[in-house]
Amino acid sequence: MSALLEVKDLEKRFETGGLFRGPQATVHAVNGVSFDLAPGETLGLVGESGSGKSTVGRVILRLTPASAGSVQFGGADVFALSGGELRAVRRRMQIVFQDPYSSLDPRMRAGSAVAEGLEIHRLLPAGEIPGRVSELFQEVGLDPSFAAKFPHECSGGQRQRIGIARALAVDPSFLVCDEPVSALDVSVQAQVLNLLADLQRRRGIAFLFIAHDLAVVRQLAHRIAVMYFGRIVELAPTETVIRSPLHPYTQALLSAVPEPDPSRQRTRIVLKGEPPKPTAPPQGCPFATRCFHPMKNARCITELPPLRRLGESQVACHYAEFPAVPLATSLLATP
Amino acid sequence: MSDLLEVQDLRIRFPTPGGGVSTPVDGVSLRLARGETLALVGESGSGKSLTALALLRLVPPPGVIDPASRIVLEGVNLLELHGEALRAVRGGRIGLVFQDAMTSLNPVISIGEQVRETVAAHRTLRGKEARERAIALLDEVGMPAASTRYRAYPHELSGGLRQRALIAIALAGEPDVLIADEPTTALDVTVQAQILELLDQLRISRGMAVLLISHDLGLVAGRADRVAVMYAGQIVEEASTSRLFRSPSHPYTRALFGSIPRLDGAVDRLVPIAGAVPLPDAWPAACRFHPRCPEVLARCSVETPPVVPLAPGEMSRCWLLVKGAR
Repeated sequence: MSALLEVKDLEKRFETGGLFRGPQATVHAVNGVSFDLAPGETLGLVGESGSGKSTVGRVILRLTPASAGSVQFGGADVFALSGGELRAVRRRMQIVFQDPYSSLDPRMRAGSAVAEGLEIHRLLPAGEIPGRVSELFQEVGLDPSFAAKFPHECSGGQRQRIGIARALAVDPSFLVCDEPVSALDVSVQAQVLNLLADLQRRRGIAFLFIAHDLAVVRQLAHRIAVMYFGRIVELAPTETVIRSPLHPYTQALLSAVPEPDPSRQRTRIVLKGEPPKPTAPPQGCPFATRCFHPMKNARCITELPPLRRLGESQVACHYAEFPAVPLATSLLATP
Repeated sequence: MSDLLEVQDLRIRFPTPGGGVSTPVDGVSLRLARGETLALVGESGSGKSLTALALLRLVPPPGVIDPASRIVLEGVNLLELHGEALRAVRGGRIGLVFQDAMTSLNPVISIGEQVRETVAAHRTLRGKEARERAIALLDEVGMPAASTRYRAYPHELSGGLRQRALIAIALAGEPDVLIADEPTTALDVTVQAQILELLDQLRISRGMAVLLISHDLGLVAGRADRVAVMYAGQIVEEASTSRLFRSPSHPYTRALFGSIPRLDGAVDRLVPIAGAVPLPDAWPAACRFHPRCPEVLARCSVETPPVVPLAPGEMSRCWLLVKGAR
């Protein structure tokens, strides 16, 4: 299947400091990130805060300019577009944010927020917009009467549904979901995850699903990319990542997902140390400062492991053939 | 095992803008024994954090604790204490670790000084002795190079180290009870595990009782001896952790488990709980969970369910457990 989205060697550098703000430095928030996405597919992008996962989503949508690399979307070079062509591509790429409270205009009624995209892209004659807005509200599981409400009159889950309706209004084929459920209560989280799964099935939208919680990502993703310190360190089909993770960081991340059932205690890897400072990236493997792999040696400190293919997985570890936690003793198994 | 801390029928009232009264905490009873971890679990607005603040008499005005409530720490009702005696409990015998270390630490004072201040406030140590005690506490909570980091400011530390500094402050008064209110929510998953591990070690090494408050049933359950599940200002189920997992007795607890995504087994469609968490000025009548309950009976919307004792220290607030209620 040909890809809908092709991301190649994406880089994003931020300059920090300056005049009154301490020494100048460059932070490499995203460093050489490549992946592709098929129509109707979900790629889960997982990593801790500061790993660069949200920046990847924003750079793809050109909400912030890339420092290097390219993004092909439906055959178009996204970074080279301007004017009408850019507007046409932007209509097909939408984003749902973590906090619908700060991403919705507090003074705009929900109906107007959802209608805005239809008006900007002149997708419908003005007279047909209210009817379409009602349909969109129903599609995301809200009563059409919500159109008259302001964001503060809605609960967190309802606001997130409004944010999703707003993104759907312009009929996108690609949706960046940036931590769409992490601000919601557990009982409401499941409602929104189910809604996103239904939308994908019905409309065939491709998702870049950004989250820190592997169990949440597993619910929707076909493949998972794990980011650490601006780079993808492992990329594989979802169940391969969950059942036979190869990178020590992925293994630590999996073992840190809390196991609620006290009768099922599993291998617990507690990482020591801290990630490197963003302004002082290490020469070698960025995970070396916290790595617990028994084979870790001087090479890890001096030589950056490239992302390479190993079976179904792509992994960036010199010793991925010899996983730190042997796969036989799965991190999920009950001893 | 005798109880260290006992909360009896805690009620907290707030005046509402319309001239009425809301009761965000409505009849909470808890017992905590030395050396045990009790998890208090609930969604936002359930009243769990307000319960924690009440244990330290820190309910923000205009909220008031009902005078008939009792919070008894080894025979002393904390609601009757004033002045010096109250200060000895607050941050002394009961320590509190907040969620967000960045806002609860003072940004312009080094973390070591903040620990030393608390040491000096609660113990007779002064000067160099207090400073040494502060360094020892930072060391105890796993602060690397504690004597150097003494001079570090909060913004110079990672989220995990800031949380450790906050725990050191909570320990400065040598507490018997440590309340940790969402102590890991703002942290990354791998750091979360480190902090929970630390709280567990401290509980064992110091013989403290820990009240672990969280919105995340999965997170706390693996760490607690017992779990109390809160919904709409009340405890709806209290059970040993193993019983809660084997056979949750309250429909809300069952529904919570159904809505948590898991890493093992097949990827099943999640079973969400319909609707949203109610607000304190609009608790539903009778059983407060009945509008969202998948197992609701006719009487649930009319009659308040009784507290059904299931075993010593275990209860459930549900009509389904009353014989002949159907």
